[in-house]
Amino acid sequence: MLTLLWTDMAVFALVIGGAFVAWHSRKKEHLRRPWLKVFNSSVGVISLTVLLLFLLIGALDSIRVQHYKTLPNGETSEHTETLTVLDIMLTPLRIQVEKTYSKPFAHQAYAKEMSIDSVGVTRWVYPPLVYGGAHLNKPSDKQRDVITKTLRGLGFGFLAWFALILIFKLFCNGLFRANSNSIKNFFLTLLVIICLVAVLATLGPYYHILGTDKVGEDVLYQAIKSIRTGLVIGALTTIVMLPIAIILGLMAGFFRGWVDDVIQYLYTTLSSIPGVLLIAAAILMAQVYMANNPELFTSVEDRADMRLLLLCLILGITSWTGLCRLLRAETLKIREMDYVVAARALGVGRFQLLKRHVLPNVMHLVMITIVLDFSGLVLAEAVLSYINIGVDPSTYSWGNMINTSRLEMAREPIVWWSLTAAFIFMFTLVLAANLFADVVRDAFDPRSN
Amino acid sequence: MINYIIRRLLYVLPVLIGVNVLTFVLFFVVNTPDDMARMQLGDKHVTQEAVDNWKQQRGYDLPLLWNKHEEGLQQLSKTIFFEKSVGLFVFDLGVSDNGRDIVADISERMWPSLAIAIPSLILGVLVNITFALLVIFYRGSILEFGGLFLCIALMSISGLFYIIAGQYFVGKLLALTPISGYAPGVDAFKFILLPVLVGVVGGLGSGVRWYRTLFLEEAAKDYVRTAKAKGLSDIQLLFKHVLKNAMIPILTGIVVILPLLFMGSLITESFFGIPGLGSYTIDAISSQDFAIVRSMVFLGSFLYIIGLLMTDISYTLVDPRVRLD
Repeated sequence: MLTLLWTDMAVFALVIGGAFVAWHSRKKEHLRRPWLKVFNSSVGVISLTVLLLFLLIGALDSIRVQHYKTLPNGETSEHTETLTVLDIMLTPLRIQVEKTYSKPFAHQAYAKEMSIDSVGVTRWVYPPLVYGGAHLNKPSDKQRDVITKTLRGLGFGFLAWFALILIFKLFCNGLFRANSNSIKNFFLTLLVIICLVAVLATLGPYYHILGTDKVGEDVLYQAIKSIRTGLVIGALTTIVMLPIAIILGLMAGFFRGWVDDVIQYLYTTLSSIPGVLLIAAAILMAQVYMANNPELFTSVEDRADMRLLLLCLILGITSWTGLCRLLRAETLKIREMDYVVAARALGVGRFQLLKRHVLPNVMHLVMITIVLDFSGLVLAEAVLSYINIGVDPSTYSWGNMINTSRLEMAREPIVWWSLTAAFIFMFTLVLAANLFADVVRDAFDPRSN
Repeated sequence: MINYIIRRLLYVLPVLIGVNVLTFVLFFVVNTPDDMARMQLGDKHVTQEAVDNWKQQRGYDLPLLWNKHEEGLQQLSKTIFFEKSVGLFVFDLGVSDNGRDIVADISERMWPSLAIAIPSLILGVLVNITFALLVIFYRGSILEFGGLFLCIALMSISGLFYIIAGQYFVGKLLALTPISGYAPGVDAFKFILLPVLVGVVGGLGSGVRWYRTLFLEEAAKDYVRTAKAKGLSDIQLLFKHVLKNAMIPILTGIVVILPLLFMGSLITESFFGIPGLGSYTIDAISSQDFAIVRSMVFLGSFLYIIGLLMTDISYTLVDPRVRLD
């Protein structure tokens, strides 16, 4: 049985939107040229590959199926639960829950506990973990075991990559010659990714690679699950913001007069309110509403999903002003161009003018803004969640991970791995997005040609 | 010029009214004055009488936007919205819902905010310009490529990590500065050191890239080429011509944010426990003190618009070619 949450649609919209842009650009020369420029730059190809990996994980995490529960002892129970495909792929990480904190690659807990040994004497010892390193005969074997498993993972990864290349070479050999440099970059990035995934997959069932958190949940699992939240925020906010910005921006620039005045008034008013205040007020409002109407939100999942949806809505409402202003200025310029004046003299209707002559000529601005804003939104989520006006505390998100690690950093000895995990994942996604945005901007900006 | 300024100042009025309506609607769309009263008086065991009394004292016993029981203009003016908004326009912010004078609170909390915002701004601009000039000076070399990559990498790190890392390494491990807190007077110095440092480092990536674009745009102009053809060295070119002319966009870019410095930074202040206006606002939101939230939003948008106006005026001051009409 398939179930869909509202935010799942956002992830699929991102996939479909990306596919549509690709399909649409193939036919249009003025779009194909800048994209070819993007694909010819090695930074562009590498960052796009990484982004696609994140998108794939996000999409897998959005397909929900009814799945028979797997019990910790490996048997399947008769009860079903709703899981995403990613959850099922990560089953060992998901169900191997320890009691509390443990370090990365640890075989024993992080804090001492009282235990009674066979003779009946109580002692303070580090209790062994239930899953992490449980297959080892003696703890001193750990180092060798980790190295062997890593090497095995690398070997598997390399073989898989090699097989992929062979298949690729067999079926679409032509591409290799046409675009050799970018294809080479693509496959080299793929090699790194596949090897990394293979190593994680071989080590994952035996160790907690990034440790466990306070309730013993695997930190790597949390970090991977957070990818979807980041993507949803970026995608959904863009979906909300784009139509408002495009329609109002074009209208203000094209019709001028009182339409322009009203729209300018709207965006000056909105952008003069500090964004954080607006978001905080709206989130508080939603919390009160949810508290007053508990019957509308039956499950925790529903409520968290609703809050995520609302957050994107508000971020969208606060963030359309920048693009709108840009589009207005550009439309003002374009409407005086000779070809627009000529088209108007020939009797082309206003709507047709906007659609056929103005809109295509501002699309590069839209494109650049979308990719530039994406990374900013992922970062904004973390800050907002940190001051408790972001996503629901039960949602996996990097902001929430950082939020809990605030207390962990004050512990003695400190627990650093939650923070590090969130840092690595967020940094990779945002860096890839930023690099990609840079390449896209260079390719699409008419001034740089 | 004077006409222009007056016209622009008049334009501020409808924007401020709009901001006020928006804040009001956002606050009261699900929250009734009764809820506010209960929250302020302590959630449970509050009698309806106490709630009514609280509302009566603070003027929340009127209808929200439209008074049905009055005649003519009184229908609009005898409402919470009207009574609470009118004072704002003459900067009579009134008392907060827990009975403190807002103007006094703001003028007291303004100084810690400024003590952090002003040094961060000055230091940030100087450091950013220096690095941007360095990156341009080594144009075409591996140093430029590395520097630009570093900028993007710095931009990709969430501001939270800078704060947490700063608090951990500088505050906890090296114990150079206190981790958080504030003290008035000269003692403030050691408390603002870390927030300023974090602010400067956090803004480095985007700042350097921004100034670099400004300088490159200037360096591509014809007069620079002429000067180069006449035999000026790169250093002379960079400092005498490019930097001097690029000061126009730099200055106007700074002017626009000057008024907003008063508002302080919500995030930095709440992290470092600084009793400025940013943390004032955050606290007001979480305790649902509508009077403070409304005043701060009003003040914020007023300063924002003043900033825009000051930018326009500063253009005419630094660049005689620009005329306002």
